[in-house]
Amino acid sequence: MIDSGGWLPHFPGAGPLWLTIRLAAVTTVILVVAGTPLAWWLSRGRGAWRTPIEAIVAMPIVLPPTVMGFYLLILLGPAGPLGRFWVTLTGDALSFSFSGLVIASCVYSLPFVVQPLQNAFQSVGEASLEAAATLGASPLDRFFSVVIPQSVRGYLTAAVMGFAHTLGEFGVVLMVGGNIPGETRVISIAIYDHVEALDYGKAHVLSAILLVFAFLSLLMLYFINRPRHER
Amino acid sequence: MSADSYGSCRLRLDRGDFSLDAGFDLPPHGITGLFGPSGCGKTTVLRCLAGLERSAAGVVRMGGEVWQDSERGVFVPAHRRAVGYVFQHARLFPHLDVGGNIDYGRRRADGKPQFDRDETCELLGIGSLLERRPGQLSGGERQRVAIARALLRGPRLLLLDEPITALDTDSRRRILPFLDRLHAVLRIPVLYVSHSIEEVTHLCDHLVVMKGGQVSQTGSTGQLLSNPDVFGEAESGVLLEATVDRYDAKEQASWMQFSGGTLIVPGFSGDPGSIVRLRLLARDVSISLEPPGTSSIVNQVKATVTGVTDSGEPHVQIHLEAGHSRIIARITRLSFNRLALKNGQVVWAHLKGVAVKPGPVA
Repeated sequence: MIDSGGWLPHFPGAGPLWLTIRLAAVTTVILVVAGTPLAWWLSRGRGAWRTPIEAIVAMPIVLPPTVMGFYLLILLGPAGPLGRFWVTLTGDALSFSFSGLVIASCVYSLPFVVQPLQNAFQSVGEASLEAAATLGASPLDRFFSVVIPQSVRGYLTAAVMGFAHTLGEFGVVLMVGGNIPGETRVISIAIYDHVEALDYGKAHVLSAILLVFAFLSLLMLYFINRPRHER
Repeated sequence: MSADSYGSCRLRLDRGDFSLDAGFDLPPHGITGLFGPSGCGKTTVLRCLAGLERSAAGVVRMGGEVWQDSERGVFVPAHRRAVGYVFQHARLFPHLDVGGNIDYGRRRADGKPQFDRDETCELLGIGSLLERRPGQLSGGERQRVAIARALLRGPRLLLLDEPITALDTDSRRRILPFLDRLHAVLRIPVLYVSHSIEEVTHLCDHLVVMKGGQVSQTGSTGQLLSNPDVFGEAESGVLLEATVDRYDAKEQASWMQFSGGTLIVPGFSGDPGSIVRLRLLARDVSISLEPPGTSSIVNQVKATVTGVTDSGEPHVQIHLEAGHSRIIARITRLSFNRLALKNGQVVWAHLKGVAVKPGPVA
């Protein structure tokens, strides 16, 4: 499915690297879009459901990836509810496919996108929203003209966190995606393989890439969230 | 709702420790002050009128529209009510510059604002601030921008919630001329919340006095000012109407005529022929039986005693008439007894502090 040939640079592990980046990018875009209404509801809701939903969203932070992967495998497998639906819809199986990996990653990285958004939305005061209402802005208009512009840092944080966290995924991928080159063989699986095969050179290259990327992501996060007066 | 009223409201809200049950009519012109101590429900009334209090019950009619009628299940949401709301702390949008802030409401206006963008900036003196961020403005500038933003939204009613309370004395003094200018030219009614006697008697034509979530008095500022039950004896007084004669640049004072004689007021009060209102507090009026001698008190007018209010306090209120104008003097019981004042007696009233209260004369 993924082809690193042609315009992409070739080096040991290039295939898994580009696959991983594509997975992380797709996952991040889906989560930022789908996470927005969820985070908004969590930031304003006062209903009885708010706290349980908040706990469910945070589950991937504490749950062992293998546990999550196991349940996702059952859900996404051809016998599982979502997997069966997918087979009737597309004719393909979800488990051990890129699409299945995207769904799994969305679950796995959900809290890392939703929580920064929720925090950002919470810090947009009722004061600004009321002022916007008295100036003629409808609720949806207020969301796009006040909430989103005042949550830019939250969005950047959510995107960086979601992307970086998806990049390092291992346990869940192994459970639901396996190790299919070009389809589900992401970078952390490739590293694991290289080490198994005692090919430390290739493992070094890929690990170093992840190491540098992790550092750069965190650097960016701290830069985004520096107190205003320092900027 | 009386014939000369622009709108009316009758509001009920229960919040456990606080309950509001207030109703009043809003005159079509001028500034109506919503006056009362902190926590008496003034701001809540404003929020109800703007549609920011969903849980309030009652009826709100404004300029021929029904904004709320709980019994008929009518509640027009805040963004469909043509109000301009100036909050106590301005609430400018931090993600927009001043220009972006004032355009926010302008782009969403359903009616045509009385003044266009340039006129509004000129009126409030914010033309040079348009590219600044709200964080770079002083408190007074922020409030002026907030007023401009509210006006450009094209409101049919302007709500001001203690717009100058949070400012220091200096900024307050500098923003007042802008409010006076607004008062003179604005054609929509204004509801002005304040707990400052100074502010409401200076700015407001009408008053709605609130106490413990209820309306205790309504009337013109002049009526209520002379009623010691409203502001207390120490702050009660009268409003006088006078015509400006001339301004003397050397003395930096304005000469003006009122029905009881000539008054000299420090500063420029208006062009010759213009009519101004003067606030005269009872505590600033003293009485002598002798014709005036040389004194630092320049305003001394002949007046007739028409009555005495004695509530058993160390001070008594003497009601006087100078021409057709009523004046109240607050003097000590000791002076009252020494002067042996009687109804119909002619005395000299010494007017110590006469302040011009701007705004069109009703």
